[in-house]
Amino acid sequence: MRIERALPLATFAASLLGWEALVRLAQIPHYTLPAPSLVLQTLFANFGSLATSWWFTLKITLGALVLACAGGVLIAAVFALSRSIERALFPVAVVLQVTPVVAIAPLILIYVESTTAALLLCAWIVAFFPILSNTVIGLRSADANLKDLFRLYRATPWQRLRLLLVPSALPYFIAGLKVSGGLSLIGAVTAEMVAGAAGRETGLASRILEASFRTETPKMFAALLLLVLTGVLVFWSFEALSKALLGRWHASERKD
Amino acid sequence: MSTPIVALEEVDKRFEGGVQALAGVNLQVAPGEFVTLLGPSGCGKSTVLRLAAGLDTPSAGRIDAPALRSSRADTAFVFQDATLMPWASVADNVWLPLRLAGEGRAQARPRVDRALATVGLAEFADAFPRQLSGGMRMRVSIARALVTQPTLLLMDEPFAALDEITRQKLNGDVLAARQAQGFATLFVTHSVYEAAFLSQRVLVMSARPGRVVAEVGIPEPYPRGAGFRNSGRFIETCAALSAALEGAHA
Repeated sequence: MRIERALPLATFAASLLGWEALVRLAQIPHYTLPAPSLVLQTLFANFGSLATSWWFTLKITLGALVLACAGGVLIAAVFALSRSIERALFPVAVVLQVTPVVAIAPLILIYVESTTAALLLCAWIVAFFPILSNTVIGLRSADANLKDLFRLYRATPWQRLRLLLVPSALPYFIAGLKVSGGLSLIGAVTAEMVAGAAGRETGLASRILEASFRTETPKMFAALLLLVLTGVLVFWSFEALSKALLGRWHASERKD
Repeated sequence: MSTPIVALEEVDKRFEGGVQALAGVNLQVAPGEFVTLLGPSGCGKSTVLRLAAGLDTPSAGRIDAPALRSSRADTAFVFQDATLMPWASVADNVWLPLRLAGEGRAQARPRVDRALATVGLAEFADAFPRQLSGGMRMRVSIARALVTQPTLLLMDEPFAALDEITRQKLNGDVLAARQAQGFATLFVTHSVYEAAFLSQRVLVMSARPGRVVAEVGIPEPYPRGAGFRNSGRFIETCAALSAALEGAHA
C-alpha cells in the first residue's frame, strides 16, 4: 500500500488506540466518555433498533437529496432561460438558504402534518441551494463559440440542451451535489432533533436524544458512529460518480 | 466573375452599445475562391465573417451567403481557438455537424475518419481534446469544418495562437484540403505573410468603422509550396500588402 493511503489509516488507528488507552488508564466512567471498544459493543447489542433508525435517516437524506436535485435543476433551467424570472425569484432562494434550518423546523412541523414530510422539507431546504446556484452557473458557462457553432449547424433546442448545455453544466452540478449530499444529512438530523419524535418510524437523531435522556453515552456514540459512516458513504459515492462522469475530460478529475 | 457565393453590399453594422463596427462594406467571393480580410485587431474583420455565417444581422445593406439561402449546413466556421467539446472524443467532435443533421455515429464514421485522415489525425480518433497539442486541436477543428463538404469555409484568425512552424504546416493543410474539395474560403488574419501565402485576393480593411480600402490580387497558381514562400514574388506581395495596410492606417 502506498504511503499516501497508509498515512490517514495509521493516523485514524493511532487516535482510536490513544482514545482506548486514555479511557482505560485514566479510568474515565463510560457515561462520561466510553472507550471505542464499548461503543462497538453497544452498536452490536442495539443493532436491531439502530439499524431501523439508520434506515429511516438514510431514507430522509436520500429522499431530500433526490428532491433537491429535481427541484434545483428544474429551477436552474427556468433561471437559465429567463433572467427576469431569476431576478424575481433568486432572493427567495437566498432567504431559504440563509435561514438556519433549526429555526424554521418548529414552524414547518406545525404546518406540515406528516412528520416524515416535514423532515423531508427541512432537509430539502438545506440541500437544494448548492445544486441550484451551481447548475445556474453551469448552464450559463457553455462556450460562446460552441453556441454559435450549434446555431450555424441549425441545432434544435433539444440538441442544444442535450449535447451542449447539459455537458457544460455537469461539472458544476456535481460540485453542487457533493456539497448537498453532506448538507442533506445535516438537515435530516437537525430537523429530527427539533421534532423530537418518538416511536418506530424515527431516525438516528431520535436514538441520540433518547439515549441522552437516559445518560446512555455509549449508545449516543454508537448512533453518532452510524451518522459519520453514512456521511462518509454519501461523500464517497459522489466522489466515485464524479470520477465516472468527468474523469476522462474535466480538469477537476485530472491526476497531474 | 461568376455568380458570387458571398456578396456584401454597402453593409453597415452598429452594435447595441453604439459602436459602429462596419461602414459601407462591399465584397464578393466567387465559388472556390480564396479571399483574405487583412487588418489590425478591432477593424471588424470578424464581424464580416459572423454576418456571412448568419450569426449576426447587418444594421443596413444587403448580404447574400449560403448560410442565409439554404437550410443545409454548407457553411463551415473555424474560430480562433479550436472550440472543441472537451467532454467528447476527437471523433465525436468531428461527428458533431453530421450528428446535428441527424446522422448516426456508425453511418457518419467513414466520413469522420476521412476528414481526420485529411488533417493527419487518423490515429487520434479516440483521444480527448485535452490530450492534444494546440496545433492538433486546431486540426480537429478543421476536420470538423470539412466533414460536411461545405461550399464556403469561414476562418477567423485560426492560427494566430500557434507557433510559426505549426502555422506554416496548417496553412499547407488548408490549401491541400481546398484543392481536394474546392470550397470557397473567406479567411481573416492580421498577418501579412499568411495572407500573401494563402490567398488569391486580399482585401485590406481600415480601422473602426471597418471598410474595405484596398484590394491586392495574388496571381500565383496553386498548389503553392515552400518555394513560393522563398520567392521574390512572395516578398513583393508582402511589401505591397504592407504598403496597403500602412496606407489604410496612416
